[in-house]
Amino acid sequence: MALSIEDIKKIAHLARIEVSEGDAAATLSKLTGILGLIEQMQAVDTTGIVPMSHSQDLSQRLRDDVVTKVNLREEFQKNAPALGNGSSEPAVADGLYLVPKVIE
Amino acid sequence: MEWEVVIGLETHAQLQTKTKIFSGASTAFGAEPNTQACEVSIALPGVLPVLNKEAVQCAIKFGLAVNAEIAPRSVFARKNYFYPDLPKGYQISQYELPVVGKGAVTIQVPAAGKNAAYEKVINITRAHLEEDAGKSVHGAVEGMSGIDLNRAGTPLLEIVTEPDMRSAAEAVAYAKQLHELVQWIGICDGNMQEGSFRCDVNVSVRKKGSEKLGTRREIKNLNSFKFMQQAIEYETNWQIETLEDGGTIQQATILFNPDTGETRAMRSKEEANDYRYFPDPDLLPLEVTEADKAAVRANMPELPEAMKARFEAQYALSGYDASALTTSRALADYFVAAVDAGAEAKQAANWVMGSVSAKLNAEDKAIHDSPVSASQLAQLLKRIADATISNNAAKQVFEAMWAGEADVDVIIEAKGLKQVSDTGAIEAIINEVLAANSAMVEEYKAGKEKAFNALVGQAMKASKGKANPAQVNDMLKKKLTA
Repeated sequence: MALSIEDIKKIAHLARIEVSEGDAAATLSKLTGILGLIEQMQAVDTTGIVPMSHSQDLSQRLRDDVVTKVNLREEFQKNAPALGNGSSEPAVADGLYLVPKVIE
Repeated sequence: MEWEVVIGLETHAQLQTKTKIFSGASTAFGAEPNTQACEVSIALPGVLPVLNKEAVQCAIKFGLAVNAEIAPRSVFARKNYFYPDLPKGYQISQYELPVVGKGAVTIQVPAAGKNAAYEKVINITRAHLEEDAGKSVHGAVEGMSGIDLNRAGTPLLEIVTEPDMRSAAEAVAYAKQLHELVQWIGICDGNMQEGSFRCDVNVSVRKKGSEKLGTRREIKNLNSFKFMQQAIEYETNWQIETLEDGGTIQQATILFNPDTGETRAMRSKEEANDYRYFPDPDLLPLEVTEADKAAVRANMPELPEAMKARFEAQYALSGYDASALTTSRALADYFVAAVDAGAEAKQAANWVMGSVSAKLNAEDKAIHDSPVSASQLAQLLKRIADATISNNAAKQVFEAMWAGEADVDVIIEAKGLKQVSDTGAIEAIINEVLAANSAMVEEYKAGKEKAFNALVGQAMKASKGKANPAQVNDMLKKKLTA
């Protein structure tokens, strides 16, 4: 599968990573190399082999449905990111984390 | 041109657990913002999810209730997108291997206009476990949005159907049935105002007879059955008009505005839909053994289908009556309580589905808010059965009980509704009626059956409606043939 520079830009945008024009070309060749490796692996006959979804051959441990967490809002909100408007204060108000306005 | 609408539903049922799906933070509704948002909920670096056993059991319960395959091994996946109410940058969900596979729900579509009621099987494609996102609060601070992560991580079961529904009525019937079922098996409180049960509806249209599905638009987050009906009807008409005018339908996510009754596009799905799912390395595969399933099954209540069959056998009810009584557990419980308190089963069924349901619907009340309790209803029906009052008088007593009067016998006494079953008294009335209506008597003897009913009517009128109609009939017949 051949990737284009447009694919690189789209993937970068979806991941919210800024990739400069110069870096895009280098990233393209690296990702193309990775896809080449995957193509090699796809040539192996895997009939009858259950796809691996985890590197450890274990099953998920379950937790009892009991409240164990206490309210640490004040502690957590001391570490909230600042607004980016020059202020270094955590962006919180009325117990809410503040972010730039989101409108759907 | 005849068009056909094709509808599929995706329903998010919030599971009734005490804690979140991947952490021990409380899920109680209505807490102060972010007081139930632990380090996992707010996605601090280094935290790990630990799966809640109860959430898994809820999913198994649902799977068993819709006769679905339950995956012996299912996998959690990351659904990647960016939004402020999702601090990890991904939602933990299930993608290729969901915990619940193919199943089915049988719905009852109510009669409408000329169309009779009918049953239909709606196939369930899958149901998977996932976490809910937080909430954005607007207007608290100028130019900013506030984020409350209390809801982040609340367990959801997303239940997906095949595109099996062909009208808004079928979609609403399915949604209502599913809403009852999740409450029946105790996995969801069904509170639609609080968002515990929300539906996304996929709507497309095609020419009747065509096998190919049209392009669908997805109506998001419907939280009332009324809005669902309106939204589907509006959207269906809009799509048909657009196509008839030579336009095309673009795949889109749309919102329904209850104030205008219209739908409008929210965002183009093409870009937003690229979620790049992959297995979450923080979670191991979920294994469900036969023993796990058996343990859950042992703790399940009798399901609607089984209860329906039992009602038919135990109470000699028709399939229709048994279905209607088992549409909700509360209604079924009310019926059983009335029978246990001495009411005759068929009569109790008629009253529960008749007068009681009509009153509840008219006042938009649920059965557990009925002012007339099951034992009161039983008391009333016993008075019909022992011929103390007539069916008509019983309706008056019922009205009085609904208005708050408690005791059946006190109401009968106070309103003077007691039926006259005294043979002497009835005979006296009949003699009077026969004497005063000799013309009718002649007509009857000449072979006019209608005259008999008129005479019964006269006798009932003369008794002010209190005479036992069966006795009046019997005695009148004897007198006239004597």
